[in-house]
Amino acid sequence: MTASPGGALLVFAVLTPVAGILLSFALGGRAAERITLALAPIGLALAGFIAFLVARSGAPLVYVIGGLPPPLGIALRADGASATMMVAAALIVPAAAFYARAKFATPDGVAESRGALTFWIMLQAIWAALNLIFLGADLFNLYVALELLTFAAVPLVCIDGRPETLAAALRYLLFALFGSISYLLGVALLYGGYGTLDIVLLGERIAATPLVWTAAALMTAGLLAKTALFPLHIWLPPAHANAPAAASAVLSGLVVKGSFFLTLRLWFYVLPALPMAAPAAILGTLGGCAALFGSILALRQPRLKLLVAYSTVAQIGYLFLVFPLASAPAGGALGWSGGFVQVLAHAFAKAAMFLSAGVLAEALGHDRIAHFSGAARALPLTFLTLGLGGLSLMGLPPSGGFEAKWLMLRACAASGQWIWAVPILGGGLLAGGYVYRILAPALADGVVEVKARPQLSRELVALGLVGVALALAFAPEGFFEFIQIGRPLAGGGAS
Amino acid sequence: MTPPILAGLVGAALVGFGLYGLICDPHPLRKLLAFNLVGSGVFLVFGIVARRGAAAGFAFDPVPQAMVITGIVVAFAASALAVALILRLAAASGKVTLDPRAWTKRDDGGAR
Repeated sequence: MTASPGGALLVFAVLTPVAGILLSFALGGRAAERITLALAPIGLALAGFIAFLVARSGAPLVYVIGGLPPPLGIALRADGASATMMVAAALIVPAAAFYARAKFATPDGVAESRGALTFWIMLQAIWAALNLIFLGADLFNLYVALELLTFAAVPLVCIDGRPETLAAALRYLLFALFGSISYLLGVALLYGGYGTLDIVLLGERIAATPLVWTAAALMTAGLLAKTALFPLHIWLPPAHANAPAAASAVLSGLVVKGSFFLTLRLWFYVLPALPMAAPAAILGTLGGCAALFGSILALRQPRLKLLVAYSTVAQIGYLFLVFPLASAPAGGALGWSGGFVQVLAHAFAKAAMFLSAGVLAEALGHDRIAHFSGAARALPLTFLTLGLGGLSLMGLPPSGGFEAKWLMLRACAASGQWIWAVPILGGGLLAGGYVYRILAPALADGVVEVKARPQLSRELVALGLVGVALALAFAPEGFFEFIQIGRPLAGGGAS
Repeated sequence: MTPPILAGLVGAALVGFGLYGLICDPHPLRKLLAFNLVGSGVFLVFGIVARRGAAAGFAFDPVPQAMVITGIVVAFAASALAVALILRLAAASGKVTLDPRAWTKRDDGGAR
């Protein structure tokens, strides 16, 4: 494996936020905010240019760190999937940062406030860790990236220091620690068996031995705990519902996708030699259960932020249907595309909904759904965003959610796996139920007391994000070819 | 029984005890200690991998040893973060529990 031209950009994509963190530490609270906002155009330009280079060459972009190629050295590798995720991160993180300016501004007359400095530094750290996860090509390097992501995400949950947020953060951390140590044990076994941790080399060498199955099971269990797939989801709703809105948007939209992305890397890139029918069926079943149970629990929540958090549990479930669908002998490419459109549609729609829930909670002073009567008349733009985000969660056209479900259903039909249509359609129906629960009281007659008028710019940020989720419905054919770049043939050699 | 097999069995036992504690013990501090037990087991497995993967002229394969050092640093940082959270939780509320029922009474409807 050799470096490709422009490969050094991958290093910059990871190191730009890291440089931002170091500068923020050196220059203090007020500068940290400006540095994070200044990174936004740089990060977006880097991600966009990497995507352009991958699309132009039609092959993954590779950088070999220190000129020392694997198996001894470490490579960074950007394929279509990683470039797409990097662009998504480069849109959502800055949107959350822009939204958070008012809440996490350093107050006048104070040189630095702890909450503000922590927020801005952790936001940049999440960005750096996500880029490393999307680009990493070495399983141990990815372990470190996964840990960085957790260490940056946990403080964001408890940034306001209330006891229940501290308990939620602690529970999140303990689940994540179980996940990382289980993953690490799997990494140790794979290194013991093959003497390398490079994803491409392992993918070529691995055979279906008991050692590999054990390592795969350990690593998958660890990643599932971090992704909050049913039944390991119980840490997610309190953590995501108690975090500040801007943090919830990043946690729900992007952070859980980091460990999901690694699960995809593991099964489709490292372990293509394993017969995938049984593990794919297990992951798909857990995903289907998550889609149904998460939606039912969302229907029962009294508070908007908890409802949106349980909806994340349900939407994560759909992501795991990509395993049975993309590994099937027929329709694999459709399933892969459907899974990725679902990742993106959920990331943008859910970030927009959490930001809207934050606007709502600040304007009304509460987020109890039962007391929403007439709220849509007072906050039309916010409820428009919530409604359009809900449209994508339900999977109604025109939205990215619809596109994702349509592709997945076509993959079901092509591969004859009709059983997966049940959670896809049933989950959509239940999503309709919980979105109705938000909108029906808000559109009813009534008068709500608006304590503080929301800033128009914050409402527009959320609307912009949901706009991207809707625009995914019009993704051209070239986009689907782009996310297939660098995807190995999966499922024991079948495509 | 050769030393690597003995070390492997010890590693497996440590991981097993640790997992049991991590899942079954209700107190967060004891969960954290159990996590460290699992960590020790995993680092021991890395040690065996290093011993068995020794190339000609070396007593050990240095790569897993480098990984263990990184892993210890990460586990140490994680433990420090968890202890800090436990201390803050105890200072803020006077009780340290993960039971969600203990926190539902003070529901302020998300007003912030």
